[in-house]
Amino acid sequence: MKAAVIVFPGSNCDRDIAVALEQSSGNPVTMVWHRDSALPKVDLVVIPGGFAYGDYLRCGAMAAHSPIMREVVRAAGKGQPVLGICNGFQVLTEAGLLPGVLMRNASLKYLCKDVNLKVETSQSLFTSGWTTGQVVRIPIGHGDGNYFADNDTLNRMEDRGQVALRYCSEQGAIDAGGNPNGSARNIAGVFNDSKTVLGMMPHPERLSDPALGGTDGKDMFDGIARALT
Amino acid sequence: MNISASRGNRPTITPELVAEHGLKPDEYDRLLVIMGREPTLTELGIFSVMWSEHCSYKSSKVWLKTLPTKAPHVICGPGENAGVIDIGDGQACIFKIESHNHPSYIEPYQGAATGVGGILRDVFTMGARPIANMNALRFGSPDHPKTRHLVAGVVAGIGGYGNCIGIPTVGGECNFHPSYNGNILVNAMTVGLAPADRIFYSKAAGPGNPVVYVGAKTGRDGIHGATMASAEFSDDSEEKRPTVQVGDPFTEKLLLEACLELMATDAIVSIQDMGAAGLTSSSVEMASKGGLGIELELDRVPMRETGMTPYEIMLSESQERMLMVIKPEAEAKARAIFDKWELDFATIGRVTDSGRLVLKMNGEVYADIPVAPLVDRAPLYERPWVPTPKRAVLAPSSVPAPPSLTGALTKLMASPDLASKRWIWEQYDHMVMADTQQRPGGDAAVVRVHRTKKALAITTDCTPRYCQADPELGGAQAVAETWRNLTAVGARPLAITDNMNFGNPERPEIMGQFVGCIAGMRAACRALDYPVVSGNVSLYNETNGKAILPTPVVGGVGLLDDSTKSATLAFKKAGETIILIGAISGHLGCSLYLRECLGREEGAPPPVDLAAERRNGDFVRGLIRDGRVTVCHDVSDGGLLVAIAEMALAGRMGATLQPPKNLPAHAWAFGEDQARYIVTCADADGVLAEARQAGVPAEAIGRTGGPTLTARDGDAISVGELARAHEAWLPGYMSNP
Repeated sequence: MKAAVIVFPGSNCDRDIAVALEQSSGNPVTMVWHRDSALPKVDLVVIPGGFAYGDYLRCGAMAAHSPIMREVVRAAGKGQPVLGICNGFQVLTEAGLLPGVLMRNASLKYLCKDVNLKVETSQSLFTSGWTTGQVVRIPIGHGDGNYFADNDTLNRMEDRGQVALRYCSEQGAIDAGGNPNGSARNIAGVFNDSKTVLGMMPHPERLSDPALGGTDGKDMFDGIARALT
Repeated sequence: MNISASRGNRPTITPELVAEHGLKPDEYDRLLVIMGREPTLTELGIFSVMWSEHCSYKSSKVWLKTLPTKAPHVICGPGENAGVIDIGDGQACIFKIESHNHPSYIEPYQGAATGVGGILRDVFTMGARPIANMNALRFGSPDHPKTRHLVAGVVAGIGGYGNCIGIPTVGGECNFHPSYNGNILVNAMTVGLAPADRIFYSKAAGPGNPVVYVGAKTGRDGIHGATMASAEFSDDSEEKRPTVQVGDPFTEKLLLEACLELMATDAIVSIQDMGAAGLTSSSVEMASKGGLGIELELDRVPMRETGMTPYEIMLSESQERMLMVIKPEAEAKARAIFDKWELDFATIGRVTDSGRLVLKMNGEVYADIPVAPLVDRAPLYERPWVPTPKRAVLAPSSVPAPPSLTGALTKLMASPDLASKRWIWEQYDHMVMADTQQRPGGDAAVVRVHRTKKALAITTDCTPRYCQADPELGGAQAVAETWRNLTAVGARPLAITDNMNFGNPERPEIMGQFVGCIAGMRAACRALDYPVVSGNVSLYNETNGKAILPTPVVGGVGLLDDSTKSATLAFKKAGETIILIGAISGHLGCSLYLRECLGREEGAPPPVDLAAERRNGDFVRGLIRDGRVTVCHDVSDGGLLVAIAEMALAGRMGATLQPPKNLPAHAWAFGEDQARYIVTCADADGVLAEARQAGVPAEAIGRTGGPTLTARDGDAISVGELARAHEAWLPGYMSNP
């Protein structure tokens, strides 16, 4: 698998995700500057976490209109796999590649901690390293991760299997106690219609190394590398 | 040289104007001797900030000089932007702690945020990529009406800056005491990594070389209110700006990346961040260190407001700015890098061989100051001081026992100083950069050196109530506790940075506290081969004549050669023997038990035996390195039972203890004797025998396992209940209106 990571001014998880992708794919990762207007030929494009353009105006709003994002949107339309993590998820919703929006956390506070996620389906190139119904432990680190869409949209997404991950308890219960930010229906990650684009608030790259206390994130990247090789 | 005669620059220098600039009459006389004439307003402003306590260390310097600063692994000690130590393999660790106390009290969010921004710049201006932030916070009594607001603002500000720039905030400390009601302490520390052969310094060189300004534009923020006021100024219609600077972490992120990108080339001769006193201190510092002059054209400074005067430009403390001397041939290359990051890049002057700081604007000269005397003949005071009277050691018999040990323990674990600070550190991104191996809540944070097996251990500590009771002992204890915390995770302690927070040094008893703390720190640094490589002094922390507790915060850094061999404090295996390393006398003076359970703040603090500290610590570090122990925790605030409870809560596992017969149980449980650690292991006999051989006191005190913590027969509490009490206090406090 060959991957590219888009770097905006203010991206700060670009190195972390590149390390995790290199570890799982065995290939160097191409870093693409936001002002570039062409995407390299790769199997996966990743929009990393951080505070692109300082998150001024609204998280992800300015990044969604950068030169490189026009290319990402065009490529995604042709089936290019795209993964957005945290700020990357915000950018993808702002760019219209994914439904819904990420609002301020219900607590109004930034929150950094491990959360439990229920894998809604393993039937995607992004989640094939996990099993359907598995509970995985992945860290979050965000102030604006409160997923929202109207009920019709949420129903339609659920009907089409577009919910990838939900916040849950240690035992896998989808309840308020396991929901760290007030997200609608505990949604932590969503696919586009064709499951070729995934946006997720949690950071799998932060638990992809036993030295850091866990490898649930590595399983995801290993799965992606297998699916795209 | 003809000095501009404009009215704004040549006001009548009245004694009032001099006083408003914080200069004493004899200091002004000294200025006149150096200048040989009356100063311009710009010059007066420059002397005022350069000779301020903050920039000149005039009250503290004679004492700071007595601290040990050298060791074979020290690359650069105090005097530069930050300290630099060698961590092997061609790598250097650069770190420093700095206070932002007064601004954080006035405007907690921006005050704390710019404190983080400032210390980050101090570290990356030397060529390091920052890898971790820490913070040591002291707030007033939880009952004080401002405290909740200050906690919320400071925490949000630290998080807002660190989270955005993407440097993990991996730990720190937070205490409450009424002495901080009117003067909170916000001390921020940054640790970075650089190639050992590519450290950047501030010494200007090469007359003719361009002086370049990069980063954010200059505005009127941060110009000190006191120095701003003058007859001419008050005629001006400009409103007075707040004296607290406003931070923009996004700009700092760009500045960080641009500087590191430029530093990878050979364009830079010297570089200095614009921190306190902005363009003034950065240009003076560079010229002074190089023994050269600097001439600046102030109209070329990127400004975000119109009509700024030379005085305002020189005194602005706008954030996210750097000053560099670069090689002339590299100018185009350097400019291209800053263009890429969309930051201002302006050549605003040049290095000269005149030894003078010359400031011009619109072709007129506004200041012309000889640099060497401005720096070398700055006032230096050996202020009168009186030693702090010694307190009597509290007789154990005067300290009543609690009805139940676990009842008192629950109260302690839910007290403001010992309660979980999760509410704080969960608001900090402590995992970005994906190298945080031990997260907040342990003895020390452990952050891996990227793509290596090595890791740095980092901690900050100070026990102000000990420092108040006995400054010398308290100073030694602060240093020793950092050393112990680094040891408890298995690291080899290498060096410290210090943040000396005190009251008004013009009062002999406050100066006595300062002198005492320094003496204790000096002794501890020597005994532990643990030099000071950087630091900061914050004086005048008092309101209405009431000073804060003396608070010499110590930030320690240690190295783990193999990060897989570090220890954590969470109980891991049931049925293991719990061993206490270190001697126990049950010292209850100045203890948290005395304060929280009995409402008494008295007695002498626990003695600090530095030889025992070293012996016990070296022994424990060896046990961890050799994999002989499963977990390790140091014993500090609250004593033995609190330490055990912290291990139980972290591991969600109980323990059963047996107090000895020769000591009152509450003195055993809550005494705060120093130089102690708790370890658990399977092979207790082996460890105890080895301890005997090494001359280290050690005894088995209980076993791990079960859902309850049993302090003695019939005196137990469930770990779950203790956890709820421990976790509930701070969120509960912060959610109350």
